[in-house]
Amino acid sequence: MGYITFRIKRQDPQNKENPGPHWEEYKVPYEKGNNLTVLEGLFYVQEKYDGSLSFRYCCRASVCGSCAMYINGAYRLACQTNVKHLDTDLITVEPLPHMPLVKDLVCNMDNFFAKYEYIKPWLIRHSPDPEKEIRMSPKERKKIDMAVDCILCGCCYSSCPSTWGEENYLGPAALLKAYRFEVDPRDEAGKERLPLWDNERGVYRCHTIMNCVEACPKELSPTQGIEWLKRAAVRRRLFGRKK
Amino acid sequence: MIHHDMIVVGGGLAGLRAAIEAKRAGIDVAILSQVHPGRSHSGQAQGGINAALGNHPEGRDDSWEKHAFDTVKGGDFLVDQDAAIQMAKDAPGVIYEMEHWGCPFSRFEDGTIAQRPFGGAGFPRTCYGADKTGHYLLHTLVEQAYKLQVKLYVEQYVAKLIVHDGVCQGVVAYDMIRGGFEAFTANAVVIATGGAGRTYCNSTNAIISVGSGMFMAYYAGVPLKDMEFVQFHPTGLYTTNILMSEAARGEGGYLINDKGERFMERYAPKFMELAPRDITARSIQIEINEGRGIGGKGYVYLDLRHLGAERILERLPGIRDLAIHFEGVDPIEEPVPVVPSQHYWMGGIDTNVDGETVMPGLYAAGECACVSVHGANRLGGNSLLETIVFGRRAGAAATRYLQGLKDKRTDARTAYAAVQAVEDKVKELASRSGKENAYDLRAELTQAMKDYFFLFRDEETMQRGVEKLLSIKERLKNINLRWTGSVFNLDMIRTYELEGMVDLALCVGMGAVARKESRGSHYRTDYTKRDDENWLKHTMAYYQPDAPGPRLDYKPVTLGPFELQERKY
Repeated sequence: MGYITFRIKRQDPQNKENPGPHWEEYKVPYEKGNNLTVLEGLFYVQEKYDGSLSFRYCCRASVCGSCAMYINGAYRLACQTNVKHLDTDLITVEPLPHMPLVKDLVCNMDNFFAKYEYIKPWLIRHSPDPEKEIRMSPKERKKIDMAVDCILCGCCYSSCPSTWGEENYLGPAALLKAYRFEVDPRDEAGKERLPLWDNERGVYRCHTIMNCVEACPKELSPTQGIEWLKRAAVRRRLFGRKK
Repeated sequence: MIHHDMIVVGGGLAGLRAAIEAKRAGIDVAILSQVHPGRSHSGQAQGGINAALGNHPEGRDDSWEKHAFDTVKGGDFLVDQDAAIQMAKDAPGVIYEMEHWGCPFSRFEDGTIAQRPFGGAGFPRTCYGADKTGHYLLHTLVEQAYKLQVKLYVEQYVAKLIVHDGVCQGVVAYDMIRGGFEAFTANAVVIATGGAGRTYCNSTNAIISVGSGMFMAYYAGVPLKDMEFVQFHPTGLYTTNILMSEAARGEGGYLINDKGERFMERYAPKFMELAPRDITARSIQIEINEGRGIGGKGYVYLDLRHLGAERILERLPGIRDLAIHFEGVDPIEEPVPVVPSQHYWMGGIDTNVDGETVMPGLYAAGECACVSVHGANRLGGNSLLETIVFGRRAGAAATRYLQGLKDKRTDARTAYAAVQAVEDKVKELASRSGKENAYDLRAELTQAMKDYFFLFRDEETMQRGVEKLLSIKERLKNINLRWTGSVFNLDMIRTYELEGMVDLALCVGMGAVARKESRGSHYRTDYTKRDDENWLKHTMAYYQPDAPGPRLDYKPVTLGPFELQERKY
């Protein structure tokens, strides 16, 4: 039976004697060319070698956003990352960088979700609801296609140099969410959401570095959404309208 | 100790919808969830949600009556007809509400919500957002929960119910981020923890879907209903059992065997690939068992190539991505290898149409509950509907209960004793010196469920299965918790939940052995016919602390306007 080495960054701030970080290596059974996801490898380590290993997981099918990690130097979902495609004998696994740590591969997402909540990520309506659906053409629906697929995994947020330097920057995920609603023809936020992102902690902190686009495991483009918001803000200043 | 008037366990669609309903009525409600609500298993649902909106040109004559009838017939008449009627009647309203809250459904040219054909349905009534309907609905409700400022306790593993004098007064939870157990007291608790799919090794479900809410209620004395009815989805990916939505066949996909035949014409000549899931899954397994799997192997093909790239990219982009990432196959270019895979838990905590259990103060909704609207086999598109319809109803019923409650005190001593009981249990698990590995036992359990309680069942095999489960339960006494650290302790959660999984498995096994007929998903090769004379009744499983398995009892099915008939498709 062949093996592949998992090199995992271990740290436990609760453990006063040995908080880490330190690297541990584990051998996981693997034959070259077979299927093995990084998440499966982590479960093998947790089950067979070390029960104390901590990591997030849920769907194992790349739709829940739990297992975002830094794997072999790239932002990836552990469940979506097949070892055979990495073409290496060494799998290096770290938590999302530039995030506060809970333990091992688990980072603290509180700030990430606080910024999500801050942006008012919900449909804002003032008109009374119709008896049936609010009509929306397939073309209008297509406009929000890219933004509604976000799984809030945090890869973009962790990868963005602008978030590293400015703690209050809302970051790509929250701004993509703002875009998702601003571009939705059913949304009637008007000036309600605008001041939340139309400022130096919002869209103007984005310097189109586009790390987020590269990091996104769902192949979305937060940058595109942010640029749309910038243009919308300018249009509003010049012509007083949103879309 | 933390107190809220109402606590919802689980942040998927049913839990969120229950909490939103209560919060809108001014109730102090909190959600406790093992994962962030946006990561719940509901988000994995793909194909759609049923409601007789009549938006599809071929669905103009659809009605809630027809939806209710299809549901009852699909469930092989084990459905409580009043519940199915309630769900079908509520359906259009809750869908429009989700749309008003921003859910990005796909659209027809006239701007209405798009609908597609689905298995076992007489009309195209499944509303969808591409093949990511669960994800869209889930995020819409997460957004509403944030908007209404529903209190969220994220990454809290709920381990036990607090019960005082037969009344539910809260839960004990493990705080995964900060460590330690805490009592959350409440006058009403809604369990919405989803199914127990992961008791099978070949499940499409999320890894956390182990039925924790079901066994918590079971241990507290609440009966579990119809647990022997487990749905196997016809099309999970061959190597990973990841779901390939029924929408693939709803959009016109074929099932193909090794000879290149669309073999469903032998089993369901009228409905073909869109026969209900139990029938389709069995048909696939027969093809495989009789050597007509692809290359003689254990799978058949789901062929979408004739739909064309444009339609696949527009309607089925999600499953295309999954097939590429997890099976290495692009459905535009190649057929996808698929196998029947455990998918849904028809049984669950016994409730009425308002989510009420037999225990005052305790409610359940969603997959963990059994109302029952699915009977012996659930129709595709009805599970998302169930979460929202009955999540809402449970939230409303709990709200009414709280508003009518005169004495809102909860007993502190009972709450602390419950925390102590969980802590003692964990200490005891850690102090054991047995030689069994909990994860090896988990693997044996989940393999046994597939080996003995899968698509085709018979007395002798199932008896051996029950014996196997009983021996696993005995061997559980020799497992040992290896790590007792306080934060994000997966070892503790995964060891702690194992006993509950085995007890749920025993409810499946013993219920299945007892039911001497074939009905819906429960197909017996030794009793191949449905037996309405003796078995038109729900199985009720009660926990017995002093016996290895449940006590089984039965309760009549609520009949109604739809007359019993043979199921043909």
